[in-house]
Amino acid sequence: MKTITYGQAISEALREELLRDQNVFILGEDMAVMGSVFGLTKGFLEEFGANRVIDTPISEAGFTAMAVGAALRGLRPVVEIMYVDFTPVCFDAIANQAAKMRYMTGGQASVPLVLRCPGGAGRRNAGQHSQSLEALFTHIPGLKVIAPSTPADMKGLLKTAIRDDDPVVCIEHKLLYATKGEVPDGDHLVPLGKADIKRPGRDITIVAWSRQVHSALEAAQTLAGEGIDAEVLDLRSLVPLDWETLAASIRKTHRAVIVHEAVKRGGYGGELAAQIGEDLFDSLDAPVKRVAGLNVVAPFSPALEDFIYPNPGDIAAAVRQTLGR
Amino acid sequence: MKTKRPSRETLLRFYREMQRIRQFDLKAAELFTQGRMAGNIHTCVGQEATAVGACQALEPTDFITATHRGHGHCLAKGGQAAVMMAELFGKATGYCKGKGGSMHIADLGLGILGANGIVGAGIPIAAGSALASKIKGSREVTLAFFGDGASNEGVFHEALNMASAWRLPVIFLCENNKYGVSVCIDRVTNIADIADRATAYDIPGIVVDGNDVLAVFEAVSAAAARARAGEGPTLIEAKTYRHRGHYEGDPQIYKPADEAAGWKERDPIALLRAAVLALDPGAAAELEEIETSVRREIEDAVAFATESPYPEPGEVVRDVYAADNERSVVR
Ligand SMILES: Cc1ncc(C[n+]2csc(CCOP(=O)(O)OP(=O)(O)O)c2C)c(N)n1
Repeated sequence: MKTITYGQAISEALREELLRDQNVFILGEDMAVMGSVFGLTKGFLEEFGANRVIDTPISEAGFTAMAVGAALRGLRPVVEIMYVDFTPVCFDAIANQAAKMRYMTGGQASVPLVLRCPGGAGRRNAGQHSQSLEALFTHIPGLKVIAPSTPADMKGLLKTAIRDDDPVVCIEHKLLYATKGEVPDGDHLVPLGKADIKRPGRDITIVAWSRQVHSALEAAQTLAGEGIDAEVLDLRSLVPLDWETLAASIRKTHRAVIVHEAVKRGGYGGELAAQIGEDLFDSLDAPVKRVAGLNVVAPFSPALEDFIYPNPGDIAAAVRQTLGR
Repeated sequence: MKTKRPSRETLLRFYREMQRIRQFDLKAAELFTQGRMAGNIHTCVGQEATAVGACQALEPTDFITATHRGHGHCLAKGGQAAVMMAELFGKATGYCKGKGGSMHIADLGLGILGANGIVGAGIPIAAGSALASKIKGSREVTLAFFGDGASNEGVFHEALNMASAWRLPVIFLCENNKYGVSVCIDRVTNIADIADRATAYDIPGIVVDGNDVLAVFEAVSAAAARARAGEGPTLIEAKTYRHRGHYEGDPQIYKPADEAAGWKERDPIALLRAAVLALDPGAAAELEEIETSVRREIEDAVAFATESPYPEPGEVVRDVYAADNERSVVR
């Protein structure tokens, strides 16, 4: 085991997969000469050459669709969209092309493409650079969606995503790039569709993903001091969803709080709450609660931005309320 | 680079391919009007020369992307009429097992990367296929068919720019049939030739008579040779005309009354027929034989499509994902 950052985990995953499979290549803005705006692909150009680490023009719609074309030809493109906020520019390539090719061709076509999208708030970047748009992708059949919270999960899931034969959208939280964690040595893989219990507990299940897993863990720590034993379930992969692990946890704790940074209205938390309501009603001792971003545009002012997404205090309060304490 | 004039034999081959497209589409339109197929049909009657001229200039290992008006493109690239017709009927034996229909026919084995329901979407996908050839160091060429309407989509410009910057082995073939649904290209574009846009990307921009199969064949042959030589993309604009409505049942109120008549005289199939007969007046019987044998092919295609079974209900959840389908589809 070694300790590396979430950003280094991405870098290692990309490098290892470029080395392992000649069909893997990287496409995006500032990926080659500069080594990406977050410094994740530094040195790759020298190591792998300009055919495998490609600096594109600022043409998200064009190059994401080109990645679909290259994927149809058996290559495995890893596309970076500099911020998830820019994916609406290229949504046709994602939602109408990549996601639907296999189905609409009756299983002939395969689009093994990974779309890496830095997302999330917290950097005072205002409305067009702070969103969490994972719900858009979970709504499209044919896409898979991952949102890892730790370096180990990031590395293992990204490597698996690159090897996966379907288009996978990888949501990376910008505030996590510098966070550190232990990552197993060797060819570390985490399967898609497997949730992880980051903290076991008996009294309530807190379901979270991406950066909110850390807020949930902090909240659980506080609650432990009050005699509340919260389980923190990190979904890691939103599609496919690990329903078995989620259901087993709720059957054990009988209560659930879902936490996400994306705005509450239309968020993936609503989908999870509905599924829990439909299938686990008899196991529930309290209504499922959601703690999520406010239904507002991310504001610039630090004095305002900190109010929009959930913090550990909000999560702890929601847990207390659900438990009637 | 100048290509050789095609032989008599080649001309007859072109004629057969154009007949296949014409008869397929007329039959599809007829069946659609009779209510025998669902959805929508966009025929390419009058545009057969572009599909055939272009695909005949390509090799079997080359690739194309087709459009919503793509029956001709797919047939010209080797698509089987029966399997296509079955897809139009929504049958399990169709190219896409009945999940794609008229606008989404694909045969990756034949290099048909797919027709597309999104106007312009095939243009960057073709450029991406060409990028794959470049990365692999292989010699295939990819050709994107698209309409004049599609040339006003942003991805047209993005794809041309990248293909030019990276000298990708791709051919952009604009079938300018004058209309995007009801809107005449003149009303929404202030240049006479879409091919002029090539100047902005420093690549050849060529205008050809899209109703002359030989002109299209020559232009695409030259573009393919250029692409294979590593010299990059070409934009070809084939001026042609759509004889029927945008979709079957379109009253076409937007077309001037006398316009169609002029184009009917320049029907690509009639032009080729005349060219063959000029070369060899005794070829009339052969041309008729071709027409008859194509008629049989299309009749057989309809019979195959009619007799084929619909997909089983369980098929509906298959192929959303490559594997672990149940889990991803249910949750
Ligand atoms: C992105 C998008 N916008 C609009 C449409 C609706 N639509 C379908 S075909 C068409 C006209 C396309 O014109 P053109 O590209 O010239 O092709 P043609 O139909 O003339 O062959 C339109 C607007 C669509 N399918 N996709």
